[in-house]
Amino acid sequence: MTEFPYLKDDSVVEVQRGPDPGGVGGAYRAFRETLRGLKTTMARLIEGPLTIQYPEEKTPVYPRFRGRHKLHKFEDTGLEKCVGCSLCAAACPADCIRVVAAENIPGERVSAGERYAAVYEINLSRCIFCGYCEIACPFDAITMGHDYELADYDRSDLIFTKEMLLAEPIERTPLKGEGE
Amino acid sequence: MIPIADPYYAEAAWVMIVKSLVIFAIVFAILPLMTVLERKLIGRFQHRYGPNRVGPFGILQPLADVGKLLSKEAFRPANAIPTLFILGPLLPVLSGVLALAIIPWGDVQDGVGLYGIDVPIGILYFFAVGSLAFYGLLLGGWSSGSKYSFLGAMRSAAQLISYEVSMGLALLGVIMMSGSLSLVEIVHAQAQIWFIVPQAVGFLIFMAAGFAETNRAPFDLPEADAELVQGFMTEYGGMRFGSFLLVEYMEIIVVSGIAAAMFLGGWMGPGPGWLDPIWMLAKMFGLVVFFIWVRATVPRLRYDQLMSLGWKVLLPLATLNVLATAVLVVVT
Repeated sequence: MTEFPYLKDDSVVEVQRGPDPGGVGGAYRAFRETLRGLKTTMARLIEGPLTIQYPEEKTPVYPRFRGRHKLHKFEDTGLEKCVGCSLCAAACPADCIRVVAAENIPGERVSAGERYAAVYEINLSRCIFCGYCEIACPFDAITMGHDYELADYDRSDLIFTKEMLLAEPIERTPLKGEGE
Repeated sequence: MIPIADPYYAEAAWVMIVKSLVIFAIVFAILPLMTVLERKLIGRFQHRYGPNRVGPFGILQPLADVGKLLSKEAFRPANAIPTLFILGPLLPVLSGVLALAIIPWGDVQDGVGLYGIDVPIGILYFFAVGSLAFYGLLLGGWSSGSKYSFLGAMRSAAQLISYEVSMGLALLGVIMMSGSLSLVEIVHAQAQIWFIVPQAVGFLIFMAAGFAETNRAPFDLPEADAELVQGFMTEYGGMRFGSFLLVEYMEIIVVSGIAAAMFLGGWMGPGPGWLDPIWMLAKMFGLVVFFIWVRATVPRLRYDQLMSLGWKVLLPLATLNVLATAVLVVVT
């Protein structure tokens, strides 16, 4: 403690150091620790690989994962939930949603409301996947899906139209299970 | 019994040629499989799969590797010494193939010994040709005209000096107990008990020295991928580089074979006579897996640690082992 006269005694922490290397004891310790290491690596071998073989096997996502958007229809009537109110477009910080609304004609209704989205486009090359559109929507017509493989060869291919957003994804992204 | 260690005993020339061709073919078929095995096992030790894309279970990976290496330019630095630079990778291959000759795969069956050749000096022959490999590394590293290669070569020379002595002393115990230098005789002497039991210390020392001899982790200082950019191989490319790698695996096979014959009872095992080479191969396979297991576990030693382990621990231990064995042999 006299080495640090300017420090209070209780602020000096003694670090516990290992025994000095070398000698018979050192050789024995090295041998023992090597055996312990061998045991550790063998345990890893028995546990088996944890790799996710990506293109064939996908990383499961959480249910709240914000991937590519989806537009929804009513399951019973088959009408679109979207009424073309453009609230999502207003909420979008990246300004990547374009909605052109049109009046529903009786007899060939597209949506459940008075109006429907004649054009509904999301430019996914601009989208920041913040999920504000989902929050803004009064009818839960737009939600964030689970798809994350959105790479494409052409920027114009990343502008998703209403038909593409309504369609089911070709390949489902696996969801994480309970407690995963 | 046919006098196998008799220097006047010889087989017909064509038998020798066929035997050498078979041994050569089998070992060179195993070598590429060993590279896959090593990469896959190291992967498993690290929670990975290892190569599994080329062919079923990645079994064709070495083919792809060799194809890639062959298509590369055989590059030579401007200030390298051409002849020595080319000789560098060839010498270790020669030494590895020569050492294969004395590994006993089985006893004499139907007048044909299931080994390349049973030389009366047996294990001395292994030391003689085994040390030749280091000339290849030294020449290759020195003639590259690069300081990293030179450093790697110097390290390998220092390593050779530190470990060859302990290795020899470790085997001396076995030689004293069996009373013969011939590997076939030594295996015969293990009919009662494998030498790993009375010579456990010798086995450990031999394995430690064997790791150094084959330039494997934790004694892969001459290569030291991270510090020396592959050491003596830095300037090599293409198949010359590939043959250095090949030699590493061949040396593992040779050291495993010697260890299996000297300590693990060689071809001894239950079952009919034709199973003998299989038993030998199985024991060697076990040792090869052990080599890989150790590589996945133990970090590389520092240069001075390597030296002090060799001279201060292994050498005295091996000497004591020889002394104890000598007393034991005389008393019993």
